[in-house]
Amino acid sequence: MLEDIGNLFHGFAVVAQPFNLALMVLGIVLGVIVGVLPGLGGANGIAILLPLTFSMSPTSAIIMLSCIYWGALFGGAITSILFNIPGEPWSVATTFDGYPMAQKGQAGEALTAAFTSSFVGALFAVIVITLVAPLVASFALEFGPPEIFSVYFLAFCSFVGLSKEPPFKTVASMMLGFALGAVGLDQMTGQLRMTFGFPQMLNGFDFLIAVIGLFGIGEILLTMEEGLSFRGNAAKLNMKVVLHTWAQLPKYWLLSLRSCLIGCWMGISPAGATPASFMSYGIAKRISKRGHLFGTGEIEGVVAPETAAHAAGTSALLPMLSLGVPGSPTAAVLLGGLLIWGLQPGPLLFTEQKDFVWGLIASMYMGNVVGLIIVLTCVPLFAAILRIPFSVIAPIILVFCAIGAFTVHNNTFDVVMMVVFGVAGYFLKKTNYPLAPLVLAIVLGDKAEEGFRQSLLASQGSLSIFWSTPLVATIMALGLIALFWPLIQNTFVKMRASMSGLKPAQ
Amino acid sequence: MSESIEEAGGTGPSHRGVELGVAGVIALLALIGIYGSLKNGVGWASDGPQAGFFPFYVCLIILVSCAVNIAQVLMAARDERVFAYWSQLGQVGSVLLPTIIYVLVISYSGIYVASGVLIAFFMRWFGRYSWLMAIAVGVLVPVLCFFMFEIWFLVPLPKGPLENMLGY
Repeated sequence: MLEDIGNLFHGFAVVAQPFNLALMVLGIVLGVIVGVLPGLGGANGIAILLPLTFSMSPTSAIIMLSCIYWGALFGGAITSILFNIPGEPWSVATTFDGYPMAQKGQAGEALTAAFTSSFVGALFAVIVITLVAPLVASFALEFGPPEIFSVYFLAFCSFVGLSKEPPFKTVASMMLGFALGAVGLDQMTGQLRMTFGFPQMLNGFDFLIAVIGLFGIGEILLTMEEGLSFRGNAAKLNMKVVLHTWAQLPKYWLLSLRSCLIGCWMGISPAGATPASFMSYGIAKRISKRGHLFGTGEIEGVVAPETAAHAAGTSALLPMLSLGVPGSPTAAVLLGGLLIWGLQPGPLLFTEQKDFVWGLIASMYMGNVVGLIIVLTCVPLFAAILRIPFSVIAPIILVFCAIGAFTVHNNTFDVVMMVVFGVAGYFLKKTNYPLAPLVLAIVLGDKAEEGFRQSLLASQGSLSIFWSTPLVATIMALGLIALFWPLIQNTFVKMRASMSGLKPAQ
Repeated sequence: MSESIEEAGGTGPSHRGVELGVAGVIALLALIGIYGSLKNGVGWASDGPQAGFFPFYVCLIILVSCAVNIAQVLMAARDERVFAYWSQLGQVGSVLLPTIIYVLVISYSGIYVASGVLIAFFMRWFGRYSWLMAIAVGVLVPVLCFFMFEIWFLVPLPKGPLENMLGY
């Protein structure tokens, strides 16, 4: 514990180097821009900007990339409140009360509340990461193949159980990810799989291409279909409004704490920021005394989803750092970055790459402080970006997507694949297939398969190895509970209903 | 896929049809995957599970879930939702087509020239900007990209005849 605190301060020293600080500011500004623009989000924004970091040291690179992520989280709130356009899926819930507030002329209050509660949520999650991640990592060092597979199993089952999309669509899209991930050279036998003689298929499908295509190109096609016209409220933020709002916020400490907890829980189990923000908003609406006024511009309706979204977005890095299992597509892209910089994600990071891990954690603290200052002072600038017509922004985003896709492997075929993924993303999204499990399955497919096959090898093909020790059995059981969670919840509700129905009869 | 439905405001392919089509395409991919895994062998070799073992079962699960998804669509009451109006699909197509041409051209012309043309085309066609403005942005963005990637961050991007002529 004490040693961790020492490491953390060492991390602060690393981050405070002028070069890293400059990267941090650059990352946050780029991130907010990415968050504000339709068609660019945390995941594909980072994927596109990944090549810029190839020549940096891994620590500087992760500082810049994670700051893009924080920036994107902040940026989503700006468009939701001022333009009623959620720049990111996790800021949809912020539009419910944020936009009405802006229409009432309280845009400044709404923005301040959103940024501040984002900051609180993120800070809470970072503290959780600081305290919990090293413990989880040292625990996970003992894991063998069956344990590793069971952790993946748990992660993917939670996707099916917690997703609001139809479960069989989640399964289909996840398994499609595994199948795409299996294409190419088989790590264990050295055989080629499902390449059907096409040399372009030898390297398989890179998930970064999938991310850029599915989220970037797909999103542009969707935006084009909806025919966006930006009509927004003016953004005015002066110190008086900020201080006035800050004076009000401590009243909502209980709401914040609850939203933080919801966010952390949803972020660590890979449900992600979007369901966390909805859930937090829903619960706040039910519990709050002013719940019936939600949707007409209540400040609580901004605080709840923003806090939860940031807590979830940040805590999604906890399993990525300590177990090598990313909790969100964006965390997956960061994990892809680790691999490119030659680091092995997982529990060993904490012992072998102390500088890197603690630099990253320290940059989370600093990045969120710097981010808060930047967004509070520069809102009008960022809002102005949205006033650039889509006919100018769209081709520029397309160009950056193409550059990002090309630089992954210096291969023009990848750029073509990006468009294929983009079209697929458009149709999948419109028919309610969730994209996040697909992407995570492509990233984790190799590892999950390796864990599975090595376990089977050890047990001579018997599946009983996944029940052989208490630890594995517990994780697998948790996975099964997560998988069938909607069913369990239903029976529970029915049981309670029938119980309460019985009571008056007695 | 071809059933179309009329709704206030226009017509378009039915949501139901597209839903079935998407499930069908995924199932087809799963069948290809199964065929590929069978070629690798899906059983047990002396050194453990064969290469096709894992993808084979993964594709089987895809097939099963596609079957469920298709069954759910077929069993649900016929709703009259459209997937998107033809006019909207036309908008999508008008972005998609230039994008496809763009990515196919990149390997011949280099990324900078293709990008400039794409941006200028978009601004002129959709934004109705003057030629001067369109060309100005179309030149400026690739030039900025060139400095950012090739010079500052040392990331080489595909180059074509124009860049060769300029000596890069």
